[in-house]
Amino acid sequence: MNAMNHTAPALQAAAPADRARRPLRALWKTRALLLLALPGVVLLLVNNYLPMFGVFLAFKDFNYAKGIWGSEWNGLDNFKFLFATGDIWKIIGHTVGYNVAFLVINTCLSVLLALLLNEVRGRIRSKFYQSVLILPNFISMVVVAYLVFGFLNPDLGFVNKSILEPLGREGVSWYMAPQYWPYILTIVNVWKSVGFGSIIYLATIVGIDREYYEAARIDGAGRWKQMTRITLPFLVPVIVILTLLSIGHLFNADFGLFYQVTLNAGMLKETTEVIDTYVYNALLVSGDTNLASSAGLLQSVVGFVLVVSVNLLVRRLDSDKALF
Amino acid sequence: MRSDNRTHPAIDLFFVMASLACLIPFWLILMVSMTGQNALTRYGYSFWPAQFDFVAYRFLLHDAEPILRSFGVSILVTAIGTFACLFVTSSLAFSLSRKEFPLRRFLSLYVLVTMLFGGGLLPWYLVYTKLLHVQNTLLALIIPGLLSGFNVFVMRTFFATSIPPSVVDSAQMDGAGDFRTYFSIVLPLSLPVLATIGLFSIVGYWNDWFTSLVFINNDKLYNLQYFLYNTLMNAQYLQSIADKAHIDAATLQVQPLEELRMAMAVIAVLPVALVFPFLQKYFVRGLTIGAVKG
Repeated sequence: MNAMNHTAPALQAAAPADRARRPLRALWKTRALLLLALPGVVLLLVNNYLPMFGVFLAFKDFNYAKGIWGSEWNGLDNFKFLFATGDIWKIIGHTVGYNVAFLVINTCLSVLLALLLNEVRGRIRSKFYQSVLILPNFISMVVVAYLVFGFLNPDLGFVNKSILEPLGREGVSWYMAPQYWPYILTIVNVWKSVGFGSIIYLATIVGIDREYYEAARIDGAGRWKQMTRITLPFLVPVIVILTLLSIGHLFNADFGLFYQVTLNAGMLKETTEVIDTYVYNALLVSGDTNLASSAGLLQSVVGFVLVVSVNLLVRRLDSDKALF
Repeated sequence: MRSDNRTHPAIDLFFVMASLACLIPFWLILMVSMTGQNALTRYGYSFWPAQFDFVAYRFLLHDAEPILRSFGVSILVTAIGTFACLFVTSSLAFSLSRKEFPLRRFLSLYVLVTMLFGGGLLPWYLVYTKLLHVQNTLLALIIPGLLSGFNVFVMRTFFATSIPPSVVDSAQMDGAGDFRTYFSIVLPLSLPVLATIGLFSIVGYWNDWFTSLVFINNDKLYNLQYFLYNTLMNAQYLQSIADKAHIDAATLQVQPLEELRMAMAVIAVLPVALVFPFLQKYFVRGLTIGAVKG
C-alpha cells in the first residue's frame, strides 16, 4: 500500500501486526477525505479505466450478439485488415498533416495577434477587440457548420451566388469538391482558435517587467525594437512549451471540425478523413467494430507515446508546465 | 516620433478588419433568416436581403415545441452537469491537496494516467451502452463531461497555493473535520477557481453534440446542438419540423425551409451572444489560470 511510504521510521521497529494496522488507521483517520475523493474516483474508473481495459477488444472479432467476453480472439487479424488497403496511411497522413499545418499557422498568427494587441492603447478598446476575437472559440462546431454552409451552400450560398456568379464563373459544388477543403478547414480553424490562442501569449506579455521597456526607451529603442528585442524573446519559451504540448496530440484530430464542418460528406473524405472520423464512421455508421477498435488502439498507443515523450522533454525545459 | 499612448492607425484598422471577420458569418445567417422567399431563390444568401420577411420566425413561434424542448434539455443538462462537475472536481481536488491523506500520491497518479492514455471510442461506447445502459437517457449527456483530470489538477494547485494553510489549520484545531473544512472554509475561499471551471463546464455542456450523436436517438431528448445538427444534416427532419408548424399553407407555395433553418441557428446563438460580453473577462482569466498550472 502506498501509504507505507509516508510513515515515520519508528514504524519499522513496530511489530508486524501493528505495521499492517498503522496505514489502515491513518486511512481511517482521513476517512472523510476518502469519502470526498470517492465520486471522482468512481467516475474516472467508469469513464476512463474500464474503457482502457477494453483495449483487448482490438484483438478480438467483436460481435454484439456474443458480447465482450463471448467474442472470439483473432490475434492481429484486425490490424492486418486495417493496414491491408493502405487507406490507413493516408488517414494518418491527413491527421498529422492537418495538425502540423494548424499548429504552425495558429502559433504564428496567435503570436502576431498578441504582439499587435499589446500595441493597442486604451483598455476598453483592447478589451473589445479581445472579446470579439475570442468569441468564435465559444461557438459550437454545429453552429460553425451552419456559418460555413451559409457561404458554401452550392445552390444559395454566398460564395456561389454573390461572388462567383456575378463574375460570370460557374458555382462550385463545394461539398463534392475535396480539393478545396484543406484550405477551407484551415481557414475555419484559424477563425475559431487564433483569437483565443493569442490570449495566452498576451498574458505572458503583460507579465513582462515594465522596467525592461523603460530601460530600452531611455536607450532610444522605438516600439518596433522593443517588440522584437524584448517582447519576442520573452515569448519564445512559451511558444516552445505550447508547441511541444501540441505535438503530444498530433494523432488526435478535432472531430467536430472534420465531421460537422464537412457535413460528413462522403466525397470529401479523400482529403478530410482523419483517424477520429474514421473510427467514428467505422463504429457507428458502417458498424465495422473491428476496424474501429484496432484503429482506436493504434491512436491511443501512439498518442500515449507522444504525450509521455513530449512531457519528458517539457519537464527538462520548464518543470512547471509539464504534466508530470 | 509617434506618441506612445496612441494606437497606431494601421493597428486599429487591422483589428477592425479582424473583428469584422469574426462577426460577419453570424451576420450572414441572421440576414438569411430574415430574407423573403423570392429574394432568396433569386439572389441566394446575401448580407443585405433584397426583401425582408419574418415568416421563418412566425413558423418557429407558431409551433415552438421542438426547439423549446431542445432548449430545455440543454439548460437542464448544463445546470445539473455543471453543479455536479464542480462538486466532483473540487472534492477530489481537495482530498488530493491534503498532505495528511495517505492515498494522495496514489490517487494523483490515478488521475494523471487518465490524461495520458484513453481506451478509444469502442470500449468507451460499450461501457456506457452495455454496462451502464444509459443510452437514450440524459445521464449519457451528463456523465461523460463531469470530470477532467486537467481541472482536478488546476483546482488542487489552487487549493494548495491560494488558500493559506494557517486558515485550514486553525479551523481544524478548532475541531472542524475534513467535511466542515471543505464545505465551509475551502469552497467559499475558492470562488474564483470555481467560477472559471464552472464557466468552462457550462460552455462544454451547452456546446456538446457529440454525446447526443453517439448515445441519443429519441428525438424528445435532443439537446439544442443536436437538434441544429439534425436540421442541417437531415432534410427530412427539417421538413418534419416545418410540417408540424404549418400555418400559412394556403398563402405559401413552398415552406421557407432555408430561412427556418437559419432562424433556428440564430435563436441558438442568441443566448451565447447576449451573455458572452459580460463573462468574457472570466474566460480570459480562466485561460491564464490553465496556462500557469503547476
